[in-house]
Amino acid sequence: MVDRSLVGRTLPATAPYQVGRQKITEFALAIGEGDSVCLDVDAARAAGHPDVVAPPTFTIAFVLPAIESFLRDPEVGWDYAHMVHAEQAITLHRPVHAGDELATTIHVDDLRTRAGSHMLTLRCEVADGHGAPVATCKAVLVTKADEA
Amino acid sequence: MSASAGPETAKGDELAPTSVRVSRADLVRYAGASGDFNPIHWSDRVAGEVGLPGVIAHGMLTMALAGRFVSAWAGGPAAVRGLGVRFTRPVVVPDDGTGATIELSGTVSGVDESDAGRVATVAVTAKFDGRTVLGRATAEVLLPS
Repeated sequence: MVDRSLVGRTLPATAPYQVGRQKITEFALAIGEGDSVCLDVDAARAAGHPDVVAPPTFTIAFVLPAIESFLRDPEVGWDYAHMVHAEQAITLHRPVHAGDELATTIHVDDLRTRAGSHMLTLRCEVADGHGAPVATCKAVLVTKADEA
Repeated sequence: MSASAGPETAKGDELAPTSVRVSRADLVRYAGASGDFNPIHWSDRVAGEVGLPGVIAHGMLTMALAGRFVSAWAGGPAAVRGLGVRFTRPVVVPDDGTGATIELSGTVSGVDESDAGRVATVAVTAKFDGRTVLGRATAEVLLPS
């Protein structure tokens, strides 16, 4: 049984995720992104960035684990094993780059139940070490509803 | 056809279509890079148990490929300020040494002024086996001035 009182709740911010240069490079190569600003710090600096730039979907690689640890909490009552990622939106308020320390705050925006499925909307606000907004990631997740 | 984003970018411009091949090795590599080790992306046994026709690509990998397609047109990943998709159909990746081919195309659906500069909205189409795998896929691109 999903805890419906979660809707409207804001979870505590995660410990900061440290964006590493090699992690960005590894991620870029895994998606076939060959732009030198992702791979070479000198090229990134020459283009006016403080360090190598993360591809836009890199943010989800550290946001999803935060979502997972929330939804695997038995108190939440979410069937994680049958979960499907239905929608994802990413808004970058600025590019993410190596050296960033990014904390994620999950907001439970919506929960709908119909035709045997729960549809949960989570808005994850990502902020840097100064508290400035860096990204807003909205995920819509679907799983089986156990209640009648 | 628009080779790259620029000051002249306007509604109706089309991005040069491309196709990307995704193999099992690519899925393993993406799993490691992203930390998403869900076995439906590498184990035929588990994929079969949950009713899938076979191992499927991570939705986030398909989204990343759409992002890369837009980034190449935009002049780099830093210009891509927004990306949104619905995951409508799985991309089945067979263990046959070839993998799956995803066809990407895109059209500029609008150009607006923002505080940061001119922003183009790009409607992206991603197809596998002739059918759309991302629904309502859009990207926001900060245009060079």
